[in-house]
Amino acid sequence: MAIDTRVVARAAHLARLQVDDNESAELCGRLNDILAMVDQLQQADVDGVAPLAHPLEVHQPLREDRVREPDVRDKVLPNAPASEDGCFLVPRVID
Amino acid sequence: MSQSSMNGGWETVIGLEVHVQLATESKIFSASSTRTGDEPNRNASLIDLGMPGTLPVVNREAIRHAIRFGLAVGAEIGRRSVFERKNYFYPDLPKGYQTTQLAEPIVGPGVVDIELAPKGNEGGQGEKKSVRIHHAHLEEDAGKSLHEDFHGMTGIDLNRAGTPLIEIVSEPDMSNSEEAVAFARKLHSIVTSLGICDGDMSQGNMRFDVNISVRRPGQPLGIRTETKNLNSFRFMEKAIALEVARQIDVLEDGGEIVQETRLYNADTHTARSMRTKEDANDYRYFPCPDLLPVLVSEEEIAALKDALPELPDVRKARFINDYQLSGYDADLLSGSVATARYFETATAASGDAKLTANWVMGELTARLNAEDLGIEHSPVSAAQLGQLIQRLQDGTLSSKIAKQVFEACWNGEGDPDRIIEAKGLKQMNDSGELEKIVDQVIANNPAQVEDYRGSDDAKRKKKIGFFVGQIMKATQGKANPQQVNQLLQQKLQ
Amino acid sequence: MHTKTLTELKAGLQAKDFSARELTEHFLARIEHHDGTLNSFVTVTADQALAQADAADQAIAAGDHRLLTGLPIAHKDIFCTEGVRTSCGSRMLDNFIAPYTATVVEKMADQGAIMLGKTNMDEFAMGSSNETSFYGPVRNPWDTERVPGGSSGGAAASLAARLTPGATGTDTGGSIRQPAALNGVTGLKPTYGRVSRWGMIAFASSLDQAGPLGLSAADCALMLTAMAGHDSKDSTCVDEPVGDYLGGINQDIAGLRIGVPEEFFPENLDGAIADNARDALRELEKQGAKLIKLSLPSVTLSVPAYYVIAPAEASSNLARFDGVRFGYRCDDPVDLEDLYKRSRSEGFGAEVKRRILVGTYALSAGYYDAYYKRAQQVRRLIRDDFARAFKDVDVIIGPTSPETAFKLGAKADDPVNMYMADVFTIAVNLAGLPALSMPSGLINGLPAGVQVIGNYFQEGRILNVAHRYQMATDWHQTIPGGFA
Repeated sequence: MAIDTRVVARAAHLARLQVDDNESAELCGRLNDILAMVDQLQQADVDGVAPLAHPLEVHQPLREDRVREPDVRDKVLPNAPASEDGCFLVPRVID
Repeated sequence: MSQSSMNGGWETVIGLEVHVQLATESKIFSASSTRTGDEPNRNASLIDLGMPGTLPVVNREAIRHAIRFGLAVGAEIGRRSVFERKNYFYPDLPKGYQTTQLAEPIVGPGVVDIELAPKGNEGGQGEKKSVRIHHAHLEEDAGKSLHEDFHGMTGIDLNRAGTPLIEIVSEPDMSNSEEAVAFARKLHSIVTSLGICDGDMSQGNMRFDVNISVRRPGQPLGIRTETKNLNSFRFMEKAIALEVARQIDVLEDGGEIVQETRLYNADTHTARSMRTKEDANDYRYFPCPDLLPVLVSEEEIAALKDALPELPDVRKARFINDYQLSGYDADLLSGSVATARYFETATAASGDAKLTANWVMGELTARLNAEDLGIEHSPVSAAQLGQLIQRLQDGTLSSKIAKQVFEACWNGEGDPDRIIEAKGLKQMNDSGELEKIVDQVIANNPAQVEDYRGSDDAKRKKKIGFFVGQIMKATQGKANPQQVNQLLQQKLQ
Repeated sequence: MHTKTLTELKAGLQAKDFSARELTEHFLARIEHHDGTLNSFVTVTADQALAQADAADQAIAAGDHRLLTGLPIAHKDIFCTEGVRTSCGSRMLDNFIAPYTATVVEKMADQGAIMLGKTNMDEFAMGSSNETSFYGPVRNPWDTERVPGGSSGGAAASLAARLTPGATGTDTGGSIRQPAALNGVTGLKPTYGRVSRWGMIAFASSLDQAGPLGLSAADCALMLTAMAGHDSKDSTCVDEPVGDYLGGINQDIAGLRIGVPEEFFPENLDGAIADNARDALRELEKQGAKLIKLSLPSVTLSVPAYYVIAPAEASSNLARFDGVRFGYRCDDPVDLEDLYKRSRSEGFGAEVKRRILVGTYALSAGYYDAYYKRAQQVRRLIRDDFARAFKDVDVIIGPTSPETAFKLGAKADDPVNMYMADVFTIAVNLAGLPALSMPSGLINGLPAGVQVIGNYFQEGRILNVAHRYQMATDWHQTIPGGFA
């Protein structure tokens, strides 16, 4: 399934990546090389085969409902590119 | 199809998506507190913040709460449920995806029965209807974007991020706002009865998204819109009316409905589209590789089922049966755990269920509504109301004085008995003392007595009111009206 | 000191032949001297290492000998280390000081290990040559014009150059084993779920697994004993008892059934690589092992399945790098979209962006079934192939890598060709099995490695096989010229 620059632009938008027009064509070629390799999957006979999400088919352990996490605000805020009054700052969000 | 759902030949189809915040101590995927009201990001753990390298672990109680809900609506419980990632970017979504369920939810199809308000000619019985639950799934809440106080920027507070929610998705089984509100109220009643949610809608702990479409009868479903985040029953009712009217207008003008998300503004009673440009989301759901399938055993389901608290429908039936209440009254009183508890406590004290029901639904509810208080915060306790009603019953108080006592009690002046005593509000039941006052009034008003005696029966009925009024004035309302009437009729003969 | 294995150094510390401080200073001096050429470390934590060394010396004086007391270890820069930059080889995290410590690092520190620093790696572990690192490529100590493999390239190169006696790595598609092979060291990827992933920056969550790289199988056994075990912070970390990896390492392998899959010796395989692996098999045969030919037909689809699953998971795992709470943020964003797009485009390198795009596409509406779902179905077929094979054999052996270290830049313009570097290692991650790569000789002066794959939780068995091989050979003791 070959893709064109429009599909690349769409995926880039979903992934919030910027793809300039001058890199788009080259990127598209690379991605098509990868997808061509990946397309070998279409040869596989997978009729009736259940998808395998985890190598070990085990189940989810559950945690008791108790508060145990410490307050880490003062440890994490120094990593924030912009913060004020304990909040992370971003350009104004309009719903 | 009831009459009210028809609107100029249009039929309305409504489905609800309800977010219910689960009453757990800690978050769904981290052991940080779900408490609200703290400073920003004080309850946001490394996991809630989406720090690199952190991983989720599932809170058992969140799973159990979801199962409790499923059992309450007769749903099949997913013996195996799977968490998936819903991928999108938003600043209050720290990981860039919401962990939720899609293909294999914890709660499968179920049913919720609703009863509408009686239409007067139905003898206290409202129309009944069943609304199907499509499924309910577990997911995490997002954080909050704060727009004030950041000089044109937005502040992100992730304290709420990771708070457990169940999203309940109904089938489009409702055909007007009345049914939608009745369904919403019923869900509120179920989750608060179960104790899985505190039901505080003002805090957003229960939020309603309403899917609305209209069509001509017999036509396929119309294109629907979703009005999001309604957090009161009243707003929901108004928002539905507004959107139905808008859609009908658009269609009657030959326009088309655009599938969109709309935001209702309660202050202005207007709504607007949330996305102006075409930006169809593609959430790229896939099973969360950091979490494994959640398995629920038959034993666990059975144990949870056995331990379920009384559910609204059961309580309602019990109220009808034990207290001889009408279906609608029973519905109102059994709907919330707090109201039901209040009613039962007050009835135990008063000994008169019907009168207690009237007071709870009448005077008390009006007063609570006026001050925007929940019944659990009522200044008049259930025991106090019960005592008041008892005094009304045994003739100590007239209903008029009872209202005064209620008011004093509301204002914190103490128990009804104490207020009656302190203010000397006891109804005058001593006939000797009352007789003297009656005689006095008759003696003081010879002209009115003359007039009364000269009238026929029909006129007398009206004219006796003058004497009653005089007596009540003289006794400051403490006279027993029945006794006054009797005495007057004897003495004016 | 630096030519000794961890096991030997441990004995030396206990015998007080040298102190932990002397040992640590020695390795820090070697890093100082050689790493300008190799670039195997992103961060050297000398002060902390010396403080830990002094604490270790006190512990030794007090008779407190733990598994790793006083032994210097280099951690891959994918593990969060509180107070120390944790970059994951990316500009995105160049300024990220981790606010907490990964379980692996913590467990090793609890056993007395000393952290020398953080090793270089392919950006977000996406690469097989260590050329995608924001900090520049690592050079292979056997030939500094060549790559060390990846993504744990810094770990393997620093170990081969004897700049550290032990290292941690992570392996999503071969990222421990392939660089181990290309540098002539031993590297173990444990069973998925054997080692906690808490604090290890995720690339592809259902494939990622941390493991040790050492100068010998015994050293890997020692480190694994400290690293492995249940962690309630990682839901996918299993509650299985940790084996006595050292205790059973020297068992006789007579009668061992070794599966030799035809898919690991394809017709187009480099003859020297094939011969090298067959030599290793012959050595094991000499010790009484039996070779059993077998086939793993679906394994030929490992690379395509992997290049759907891993990018899909990565596209989601890397969404949190959005310039809001930590990491790189672009200058003067005009609005939120601009902040997201420029921060991510400037913060991530080309290969990371390619994989995010592939993964985003593979998960998007209309393509999910053809790509993601199908890849997961193939994944089951691959797992089932191994399950069938392990009914008849105890371990499976083949070459680790289809080639020895290649020249820097040789595959830079050809991602698909680069992906084939992991053609023999990837299937193991998809199946979640444990596997080890051990040095098996030199081809034109460059190391080659063979891979020993075991059944689930059979780390002890594969360490035993590798150890027996190493008892009979000295490839693992060969030191690249200039680093002796």
